[in-house]
Amino acid sequence: MRNLELGIWNLKLKKNAMIENTPIIKSTPEYTATRNACKLCAPLGASVAFKGIRGCVPIIHGGQGCATYIRRYLISHYKEPVDIASSNFTEESTIFGGGANCLAAIENVISQYQPEVIGMATTCLSETIGDDVKFYIQNFKDLTDRETLPHFISASTPSYQGSHIDGFHEAVASAVKLIAEGGEKGEHLNIFPGFVSPEDLRQIKNILEDFTIPYILLPDYSETLDNPIWDSYHRIPEGGTPIESVRKCGSARASIELGTILNKGSLSGRVKNNALATTAAEYLLESFGVENHRMPLPLGVSNCDHFFETLSQLSGKEIPMKYTKERGRLIDSYVDGHKYVFGKRAVVYGEEDLVVALSAFLNEIGIEVALAASGGESGRLEDEIRKYCPENTSEITVQNGYDYEMIHEWCAENKPDILIGNSKAYYIARELGIPIVRCGFPIHDRIGGQRIKHLGYTGTQELFDQITNMLIASKQDSSAVGYKYM
Amino acid sequence: MPNRKNYINGLPDPSTLKEEILKKYPPKLAKKRAKGLVINDPNLEQEIMANVRTIPGIITQRGCTYAGCKGVVLGPTRDIINLVHGPIGCSFYAWLTRRNQTRPLEGEDNYITYSFSTDMQDENIVFGGEAKLKEAVREAYEIFKPKAIGIFSTCPVGLIGDDVHSVSRDMKAELGINIFGFSCEGYRGVSQSAGHHIANNGVFKHVVGLNDRERVGKFQVNLLGEYNIGGDAFEIEKLFEEAGITLLSTFSGNSTIKSMEYSHTADLNMVMCHRSINYIAEMMEEKYGIPWIKVSFVGAESTCKSLRKIADYFGDADLKAKVEEIIAREMAKVEAVKSSIRPKVEGKLAMMFVGGSRAHHYQDLFAELGIRTVSAGYEFAHRDDYEGRKVIPSIKIDADTRNIEELSVTKDEAHFRPDLVEKKAELVSKGFEFKDYDGMMPDMLKNSLVIDDVNHWETEKLIEFYKPDVFCAGIKEKYVVQKAGVPLKQLHSYDYGGPYTAFDGAINFYVEMERMLATNIWKMIDAPWKHESELVGSMTIEA
Ligand code: SF4
Ligand code: SF4
Repeated sequence: MRNLELGIWNLKLKKNAMIENTPIIKSTPEYTATRNACKLCAPLGASVAFKGIRGCVPIIHGGQGCATYIRRYLISHYKEPVDIASSNFTEESTIFGGGANCLAAIENVISQYQPEVIGMATTCLSETIGDDVKFYIQNFKDLTDRETLPHFISASTPSYQGSHIDGFHEAVASAVKLIAEGGEKGEHLNIFPGFVSPEDLRQIKNILEDFTIPYILLPDYSETLDNPIWDSYHRIPEGGTPIESVRKCGSARASIELGTILNKGSLSGRVKNNALATTAAEYLLESFGVENHRMPLPLGVSNCDHFFETLSQLSGKEIPMKYTKERGRLIDSYVDGHKYVFGKRAVVYGEEDLVVALSAFLNEIGIEVALAASGGESGRLEDEIRKYCPENTSEITVQNGYDYEMIHEWCAENKPDILIGNSKAYYIARELGIPIVRCGFPIHDRIGGQRIKHLGYTGTQELFDQITNMLIASKQDSSAVGYKYM
Repeated sequence: MPNRKNYINGLPDPSTLKEEILKKYPPKLAKKRAKGLVINDPNLEQEIMANVRTIPGIITQRGCTYAGCKGVVLGPTRDIINLVHGPIGCSFYAWLTRRNQTRPLEGEDNYITYSFSTDMQDENIVFGGEAKLKEAVREAYEIFKPKAIGIFSTCPVGLIGDDVHSVSRDMKAELGINIFGFSCEGYRGVSQSAGHHIANNGVFKHVVGLNDRERVGKFQVNLLGEYNIGGDAFEIEKLFEEAGITLLSTFSGNSTIKSMEYSHTADLNMVMCHRSINYIAEMMEEKYGIPWIKVSFVGAESTCKSLRKIADYFGDADLKAKVEEIIAREMAKVEAVKSSIRPKVEGKLAMMFVGGSRAHHYQDLFAELGIRTVSAGYEFAHRDDYEGRKVIPSIKIDADTRNIEELSVTKDEAHFRPDLVEKKAELVSKGFEFKDYDGMMPDMLKNSLVIDDVNHWETEKLIEFYKPDVFCAGIKEKYVVQKAGVPLKQLHSYDYGGPYTAFDGAINFYVEMERMLATNIWKMIDAPWKHESELVGSMTIEA
């Protein structure tokens, strides 16, 4: 299948090269403008997080364009309905504040959806005029004569202070801050998975269930953003972390936080100005003494081992046999495939925590990470990559705050063997004739972005097979004789 | 699986559906909303409420003013650098999302594959972003040496007091290339439509008329409001070329700023999407005396009609003969395909909610296959797109409309074409119609339901009531509709398909419909063991 695909792709490249050619421009050292950004905006991340709370409808407080664009982007990736309301700012709201619109939006969302939860995310617009959403929510509660009201969670997510990842973590942290309660310590673990795919969330849940560890996964959009076909229309899709569970986060045995960069950046505006960004797990540690285990995404054998060992240690339970076997199979395939991948040079790009985990995995199998790049501006990518990629660490170029054009220029000059990341770099792959393996977010030119499995031994296995086969296919296709046996 | 309905004796009266939809809204809202839902009677003069603000909290298809200005009108033009001044999201989301195609000639610039942004950060919001904007413009110039740069404002820009127009003037003076700004902040208007108007104004003011190029053809025309989604414009260009009609410029599919500069030397403007571009057509007539006609190349019949209309306008015997030759040849191909597909899909029902002209144009294409449109509406159109241009004088001017500058245009004595004015008068006396857009409603069936700015709730109810065979909208509606077991055809981006214009495009569309309507997957939606169970969907919120 893949070989075929690659073949067609090469052909097309020649035929249509002139239609969508993006000329490569030599780099000037420091760019002011961003050309083809490698990041998205904060309320998008917050909306995804809100979608992972049961019965939650997100409202984006700002112009209707932000909500429409964000929906458009999420829908084309998840291929699911994604309802996100907007407070539809008018010129007037920019002068007198968005209060009236905010209240109207809340009222209309309640009457249409009767949601359990409303998640409010702000935008550049509402933040610029200094709108206080918490105040509006209180206002709404004071004025309404409704008897039952949804829970409200609000996150401050101006995009000039961070990317979609900052928005995502901000929303998760806000949920916990507003809802979690302390109390007698239970046996359950909190799992904060970060911005991963619905398939990854299902994978994490399976693992916890196989361990028989009680857990709270926040957020959990494994169903809400990857629904089965319905026989009647669900205004709010089933699934998501129930509010009662969020409440219990404060009494958990411990938290496991996947990702080591999270929203803990040092370059983005918010952090630079007041160093206030907190993660959900940090908050729980500070407020309720819930110990926190922060670790990279379980992708690649060593990061998976770390995750499984932590689970085993925290629960006092053995790692289920199933996973030992999965691990064994993965290593076996590393052995089978090593000669096709060893020494190949890869470019990895996208969300910082995913880039760290992917790099660690590639490092493990002998693929050199030539460039690790992200549009995120944490300023911490370099340290994390060096830490988790012990092999050729000095040869890795690490770039925070990179855009696709910088990646483009870099690739044109350094001729890597493979690109690994979301579908937005496809144009680079096409132009330079470099194979690309799609993972992460967004995947807009393939189906199944929501079902890409990255995590656990089996997620790693799938990526390993794909990457290896892609490299084989690219060699096969460019070989003069073609061959049928490996 | 919806039960197939067959409305052989006309469409049913949807009054109950309308009532049910409105019941959901609070009384005051319901009263207002009722005016946006019209049970059509083509023989009556009915009024619809359109181009009014979407109610906060209601999930709309609409985008923002910026989207209409940058994304729609200027986005497809290849030799201009479109620099978005604002935080990153607005620019990222408009990066090639409309699938416009373009075909640069050897050595020509093409920037449409880029999304440029000033990526505003905290300090720019606090201290102002003009300095960063200027730097970005200089940088863009230095790297790309473009002929023109357009600067687009997103919401925060106006609020923090950045003046993109004065920056444009300064940079134009400094760099010596054409640079102009747009105050198209997202909140400025009801929808994309406001952005179209702002873009029209900007292009007219800063681009049209800059180059008085010598004539290059006998019949010089511009095509307005065709954006080359999925290669649509290529199909139309092909026809013109064969007929010997010189297409100077298209606004703005497969276009260049360079060609817009001499677009005022045309003999005729043809308007495809009336909503997004009629402003330029009007202004060009006032300033240069170029008349305009409404055309459509969606559907084989419409294509014939439009081609004949152009030939009639020029009144040239050779041109008429050539056009007839093309029509005869192409229609034979079209008929061959149509006659094999039509029997398989005839009698099916369609709905379409999209854009400012497509919801109308595509009805023709469906009609060619015998598929009837039971309900339709626009996302961002105005009353004239529903009821015809005759209602323009009676459209209420609200605060949102007042927000957008109306350029005062005066006759350009040096370039004015009295010959065209004369030609127009003569043709009018013979019954030839100019500015001939009568809107969507007169073309729709009796009892079809016309809905402006349809929302999710209404979509659900519509599907329940009509059980259509195909629903046309965009990606945002796609999965809502398909989850209900109805196939959705995207009429914004064509689901990676297209082109659908002109003759080959029509054939393409017929085949696509055959494929969509004949697939077996819809029959698998109900699991066979599901039928007894009543416990499904406990989370479903009762309406
Ligand atoms: S204004 Fe901010 S929140 Fe809205 S789309 Fe632009 S970057 Fe995103
Ligand atoms: S911030 Fe304004 S311009 Fe940008 S997407 Fe939102 S509404 Fe549109």
